[in-house]
Amino acid sequence: MNSAAREFRQGLLDVLPILVAATPIGLLWGTLAASKGLVPFEVWLMSATVFAGAAQFVAIEVWRDPVPWVLLTVTALIVNIRHVLMGASLSRHLGGIDGRWHPAMMFLLADENWAFCERRALKTPLSLGYYFGLALPMWITWTTCSIIGAIAGRSFGDPAAYGFDFAFSAMFIGILAGFWKGSRTGAILGASAIAAALAKLYVPGAWYIVIGGIVGVVVAALLYREGEAS
Amino acid sequence: MTATILAILGMALATYATRASGLYLMRGVVVKGRLKAALDALPPAILMAVIAPTILTTGLAESGAAILTAAVAFMRAPLVVTILTGVVSVVLLRMVLG
Repeated sequence: MNSAAREFRQGLLDVLPILVAATPIGLLWGTLAASKGLVPFEVWLMSATVFAGAAQFVAIEVWRDPVPWVLLTVTALIVNIRHVLMGASLSRHLGGIDGRWHPAMMFLLADENWAFCERRALKTPLSLGYYFGLALPMWITWTTCSIIGAIAGRSFGDPAAYGFDFAFSAMFIGILAGFWKGSRTGAILGASAIAAALAKLYVPGAWYIVIGGIVGVVVAALLYREGEAS
Repeated sequence: MTATILAILGMALATYATRASGLYLMRGVVVKGRLKAALDALPPAILMAVIAPTILTTGLAESGAAILTAAVAFMRAPLVVTILTGVVSVVLLRMVLG
């Protein structure tokens, strides 16, 4: 097996648990979208082109008739503005990958594959094979499950009865544990969580994600001491 | 074009803009020291912020399930086990507390 295939396989192995968790989440999203009047093709189109779980769930909450497309576009921008910061962080690790691939790579950027890339970049240079090994299976799973949910969702019953609505949060907690580096991480996470929860309660719209992220980053900068190993 | 397709394309364009622009933000910036500490904190801080409302303000069952899930995650359990812990514990806690 050549090295690109080996890297792709490693990405696929890493992302398998995410695919398991994303399956009920995609089914759930497809079901909700269909209940708001989207036809299966529209459900597929949104999952294929937006490909952002959090933004798609928020959009379905906002969705009504007539479709407020300007509001939906602005809401997607706000929920996904974290990608700007994620891309900025990821760009530090793309030095070994041909720049012509970068636009296609960014199209598939998601919280989960980004987190895996950041973790892998701590140990070994990031490769194109690894990235697409993570991202392509996610795109295929997400689009497939969305459209199945849209077509057959109602026959599955209430997802909350099986706890599937919590799979998304549990998956993020599992990924977060991989970033733990001691009490300082605890302070960053605590600050981010409290800021985001308060922002969700008191700030209209979907700004809570950006607010929590920025507060966590500020706490990290404040806790930094000159001369320490980084 | 229907308003639905227009909304989907608008969302797709807005989302791609956020994904692509980050790449060019840090061109030529040397990342070290305090800036590196701040950027390194970004992944966990963002992931935390996405789920914080669900696990802190939804209800006791969700908060309790989050604590159990975190405990399992910190014991270095495989991700699938962690996710299953969350899903099963939220169902049980909703039955007990609900």
